[in-house]
Amino acid sequence: MTSSTTTKPAAGAMLPRRRRFGAETIFRWLTTGAGTAVLVIIVAIATFLIAEAVPALRDNKENFFTYKEWFTGPADRKFGIAALAFGTVLSATIALLLAVPVALGIALFLSHYAPRRISTTLGFLIDLLAAVPSIVFGLWGRDYLVDPVKDLSAWLNEYMGWLPLFGGDGPFGKSVLLGSIVLAIMVLPIITSLSREVFMQTPKANEEAALALGATKWEMIRTSVLPYGRPGIIAAVLLGLGRALGETIALAMTLGTTFVISFNLVETGGNSIAANIANKFGEADDFGRGALIASGLVLFTITLIVNMTARAIVYRRREFR
Amino acid sequence: MAKRIEASGVTAYYGAFKAIDSVSMTIEPKSVTALIGPSGCGKSTFLRSINRMHEVLPGARVEGRLTVDHQDIYERDVDVTAVRRMIGMVFQRPNPFPTMSIFDNVVAGLRLNGVRGKAALEEAAEKALRGANLWNEVKDRLKKPGGGLSGGQQQRLCIARTIAVEPQIVLMDEPCSALDPISTLAIEDLISQLKDKYTIVIVTHNMQQAARVSDRTAFFSIEKTGDPGRLVEYDDTQKIFTNPAERKTEDYITGRFG
Repeated sequence: MTSSTTTKPAAGAMLPRRRRFGAETIFRWLTTGAGTAVLVIIVAIATFLIAEAVPALRDNKENFFTYKEWFTGPADRKFGIAALAFGTVLSATIALLLAVPVALGIALFLSHYAPRRISTTLGFLIDLLAAVPSIVFGLWGRDYLVDPVKDLSAWLNEYMGWLPLFGGDGPFGKSVLLGSIVLAIMVLPIITSLSREVFMQTPKANEEAALALGATKWEMIRTSVLPYGRPGIIAAVLLGLGRALGETIALAMTLGTTFVISFNLVETGGNSIAANIANKFGEADDFGRGALIASGLVLFTITLIVNMTARAIVYRRREFR
Repeated sequence: MAKRIEASGVTAYYGAFKAIDSVSMTIEPKSVTALIGPSGCGKSTFLRSINRMHEVLPGARVEGRLTVDHQDIYERDVDVTAVRRMIGMVFQRPNPFPTMSIFDNVVAGLRLNGVRGKAALEEAAEKALRGANLWNEVKDRLKKPGGGLSGGQQQRLCIARTIAVEPQIVLMDEPCSALDPISTLAIEDLISQLKDKYTIVIVTHNMQQAARVSDRTAFFSIEKTGDPGRLVEYDDTQKIFTNPAERKTEDYITGRFG
């Protein structure tokens, strides 16, 4: 009917028509597509895990959730997740207990204590540590860390053997302690650099508010930096935990590969879902693979629960952010 | 309670840049002193020198002598946190701790001082909030976050937090510049009341405000950008605004400059 030009309105006449297929629209569809892809990938992985796992679970002669051992040969089809899941959670927990205080300490040093030059260099080294492949950590732990940890284990056993954690009669060496120490070093960089970012974002106004009240530096950090960074710290720890739970090869090389539920950290032993998959996958037949994939499904679920719990913690006090 | 501040030859630097040059002035106890002047003239820097907050910035330092009741606060073995407890500060933008409730904000300084015990903290919080004319507005929601208050209420919360530790001197760095006129009036009323107990030094860009609230006014200025700020004139507010001795002061307060 009227003029079809959309670019130049006549002087003083109509406003330009809205563009229906401009860059705006394309960009909106691109972002929507990227967002949808996440959902598709998650569903695809879950479907794969369930489809592969169900046949093996159907032929399992033992209770998958309570049985501790793992036999998938043609003669002996009994396997259970109990010891593996326990080992996964135990080694990841110990690793975080070791790593988080150190990581937060380094992060605070870098963000609030170190001179700029040292802070930049050290920050770079931390990022470099994050780039070391896990197989290298595994080899290093197995070949070099094993002896010091053996000595440490013997010492802990001698002086604190009354604690079930450090009890037993040995042998020491490839144990939950060794695996957890290697894991701790592996998750250290990610927790450090994320919390450093968060600490550096603390508003100067809040830091000055604390200082002007007569806070010492540490008191200032406690009243303004740490509370402000709390959700960020939780997110950083969560990412570290995610990595620790899923870590495969380094644990396959440093744990003692036993199938028991025990809190003993120093005796040879320990296992994890991912390490077990790495150890067994090569020689497994179709049934064995199905069984391992079933264990992968459990790991997937554990990680999901951990993530959701942490999110719930972060959002619980949202009123205060 | 209130104490006298004496500055002589106070010179402050940011790294190599000299921000104020040799400021000398005496601030009487239980008075309100306004620091006015164009942007970059060093009035805020001087204010921050009084409670040693200037040196918090990297590379910043202060020379000269600054005494509070004859005690040199820059002496080598003086505990800087003790200085800041004695000399409270209210900032340009309200800065309550975002993760804390109203109550926790008010008592934050007391907790830093090691005050424990629910009753003592509650009593002090009520006293400080009443002192900041905020009690009636927040007494029913002390557990709510301080960030949920309006800008003016947040600023009074910050004043409550400052006076809760019972300082001798209260410094205010443009405390109303982020507030609407009604909140500004509320703060100005509060300043007039606080004067009975504290020595108050306030930096302001608003000359009517300086005229309304202060007993004495100090005018700072710079020759040109890059030069250090200097104290041009310091006298009774009445005199500064009616019959200033310096031509520069007159130009500034009549709006011909700055």
